[in-house]
Amino acid sequence: MSAVLQIEGLEAGYVRDLPILRQVNLTLKQGSLTTIIGPNGAGKSTLIKAIAGIVPISAGRVVLNGRDITGIRPDEMAPLGLAYVPQTDNIFRTLTIAQNLALVLRRLPDRAARLRELLDTFPPLAEKLDDRAGALSGGQRQMLAVAMALATRPTVMLMDEPSAGLSPKIAAEVLDLTRSLTATGVSILLVEQNVKQALRVADHCYILAEGRNRLDGPADQILSDPEVAAIYLGGRRVGAA
Amino acid sequence: MIQNLVDGVLTGSIISLGAIGLTLIMHMLRFANFSYAELLGIGAYTALVFDKLLAVLFPALSGKIGALTLTGTLALSVLLAMVVAGASAVVIDALVFKRIRAKADALSMVFASFGVALILRNVITLIFGQKAQLYSNDIAFAIVVSRDPLLLIKPDQVFVLLAALVLMGGLHLVLTRTTFGFALRAVAENPVLAQVSGVRLSVIVTSVWLIGGALSAAAGVFYALTNHLSPAMGHNFVLPVFAATIVGGIGSVYGAVLGGFIVGIASGLALMVLPSGYIPAMPFLIILFVLMLRPHGLFGEDQG
Amino acid sequence: MIGLISYLAFFATMAGILAIAVLGLNLQWGHTGLFNGGVVAFFGAGAYGTMLLGGPPEPGQFGGFALPYVVALGGGILIAGVVAWIVGLLTLRLRHDYLAIATFGVAVAFENVTRNADWLTGGARGLRGFPRPLEAAIGDTFLYGLFFLGLVLAVLLAVYLGLERLVNSPYGRVLRAIREDEVSARSVGKNPTRLRLESFVIGSMIMGAAGGLYVSFYAFVSPQDLAPILTFQIWAMLIVGGAGNNRGAILGAFLIWGAWTLSGFALSRFAPDAMQLYTGSIQYILIGVVIVGMLMWRPQGLLPERVTKTIYQKGAKKGSVIINKEVI
Repeated sequence: MSAVLQIEGLEAGYVRDLPILRQVNLTLKQGSLTTIIGPNGAGKSTLIKAIAGIVPISAGRVVLNGRDITGIRPDEMAPLGLAYVPQTDNIFRTLTIAQNLALVLRRLPDRAARLRELLDTFPPLAEKLDDRAGALSGGQRQMLAVAMALATRPTVMLMDEPSAGLSPKIAAEVLDLTRSLTATGVSILLVEQNVKQALRVADHCYILAEGRNRLDGPADQILSDPEVAAIYLGGRRVGAA
Repeated sequence: MIQNLVDGVLTGSIISLGAIGLTLIMHMLRFANFSYAELLGIGAYTALVFDKLLAVLFPALSGKIGALTLTGTLALSVLLAMVVAGASAVVIDALVFKRIRAKADALSMVFASFGVALILRNVITLIFGQKAQLYSNDIAFAIVVSRDPLLLIKPDQVFVLLAALVLMGGLHLVLTRTTFGFALRAVAENPVLAQVSGVRLSVIVTSVWLIGGALSAAAGVFYALTNHLSPAMGHNFVLPVFAATIVGGIGSVYGAVLGGFIVGIASGLALMVLPSGYIPAMPFLIILFVLMLRPHGLFGEDQG
Repeated sequence: MIGLISYLAFFATMAGILAIAVLGLNLQWGHTGLFNGGVVAFFGAGAYGTMLLGGPPEPGQFGGFALPYVVALGGGILIAGVVAWIVGLLTLRLRHDYLAIATFGVAVAFENVTRNADWLTGGARGLRGFPRPLEAAIGDTFLYGLFFLGLVLAVLLAVYLGLERLVNSPYGRVLRAIREDEVSARSVGKNPTRLRLESFVIGSMIMGAAGGLYVSFYAFVSPQDLAPILTFQIWAMLIVGGAGNNRGAILGAFLIWGAWTLSGFALSRFAPDAMQLYTGSIQYILIGVVIVGMLMWRPQGLLPERVTKTIYQKGAKKGSVIINKEVI
């Protein structure tokens, strides 16, 4: 499998001369679901925000499908095949569901057909097209946010803690949904706090700590790594739990 | 009573038009723009120039339309003035505000906007003189709608109210039916998510200046048509349009429209209890009242 | 010779009075980052307040309490402070530009009252008949001009020294901390709203003092003395001199008042007759250009603030609207 997204020696942060990320390297393989985990303040969200152009990059490169996209503006992402689902406030509450989708679809030549595809993929949205998005339930909001990100047929999707603030049951459903998306060919980089759930659905895992790479490997190996279990999984081996 | 109410509704429609762009600019660029109301003056005087010019070029159009004092040339001039005022707003932003916000905080833009307002107002005075002017020297006869209670309405006033409502209705259609409208509302709600969703912020901000400038120009012409032109007219609208945005909640287009009518009607009704000399302070009292009760306005989306 | 000295004394008296007001504005804008859109109203509150309390009684006219001069001036200052306190209480906890809107509104309302409330302010004809302090004792007009200049400069010096002490104290550092980063200031247990209110009220009282001295000098006040342009002049003085620097504020007052006086003189002398009606507009445009130009090209003024602000400086300043590399 080839790499669709490659991060090389990335340094980034909100404040000049005070990088949150230092020398971060990461590879996302075609069709895979790769998760980034790590303690609070490790720089997980900062990493995908830097890729999306929301946090300034001071050194390093971001390569998407062989093309250097370091420091793009966020509005330039979609045509390059990149999509980003923020953690909170990831839908426009004051717009209807149809308007949210029309906004992201507006540059597509086949927008009507694409809208039908999206509504077939996410049937609950089809029933509430003219409701204000602010009225959706937590799980449905994430669904709309994912649908908006997928609208422009990205090759790579960045997701920031889609399970945050959801009940365990809904969180598991959202992550299952995320997993199922890779079958459509999109590669996903997923930041999660919910380590067990993330490792359950992911192929590969990166652990960040204090803005640096700490460890990486196939998700099932990470899951059974005693050191990881000790640090991040509360001292128990997940496989045994 | 009825007369004050009707006059208030008319003034309110003009304030509403003037407040729509201001509320969006205050929300997106996060600064109270004190030069914004000068766009009403720019629009009104630009229309005066085009009116005179077109009357010479196309004398056939210079006749009055129906019972209005509005002429064909002035009607065309309104449209041209809307373009000019919209473009002026974009140019002023590029020359002054954009440069200041690139390196300083939002309050420096507030400060600069006072300076810009002073310059614009006095340039208008230098070019057109201090004296009040009229588009047409023909007397606009009022129609007696009712004798008891007395209610007089001029045909021009009816036209102005209808035209203002048409413009607001047009904007409503744009906001609710077009993807451009969705993009504009998206930026107002969450600029970063709008960017992530493929919206280019600078395009939206430029559009807001254009729309706001155009609507303000229409407001200026409508005011001048039913009252008169004077270099101070922009200055006189500063407080009413701010009051409308604060009543409606900064960032809310519909709030600004409703706020404009509230301010207009309240000022109209206040004439029954207050001498006219105090009416300019009425919007200020409304601002204080709203800040005491609902600091984020009736439709506030702004929590900052 | 006497004529020239007398004129220079007159000029310096006016510049000194305005410099006091500029110092008040500097506390608000320069040190605390509060934008006062209606300086003229606070200057005016001090002016009318002093006049009402100290002036002689007149039939059909409120006021005229003929209080001793110092009490009248103090009362005028207090009135300016009360107006500021009410406005500040309502707006300082909100978005930062609400204060600008509300103070602008105060200025409009103030102008309405001075022009229309004849019983209180004398309306368009104004209030007159104020016995100037110690005028009878000194007698000679020339000497009295010098004496009054001395009085103004003494007040200016006192305000300057007081403010210098204030802004260099821990209190002043907290004010600047709030200006730079309200969240951090709050996180170390300071109540930004209360401190900003205090700064705003003190600054407005200083403006009121300038207004009180102004009416003491002219023994007369009318709405014409308090035209909205006064606010712009005082801002121009501060921004030219250097916001955040008290010496700059005084320098700016003398420079701008000098430029204003000279340009007025030159325009009335050399402008063609047809333009004479519009010399005011030309001067207003110049003031506007000075304000906008300084903000664009030299926002720190001629004498920049001496205190470094590095502790709180961030990559993106508060309120700037550069979102993700896109300057909008």
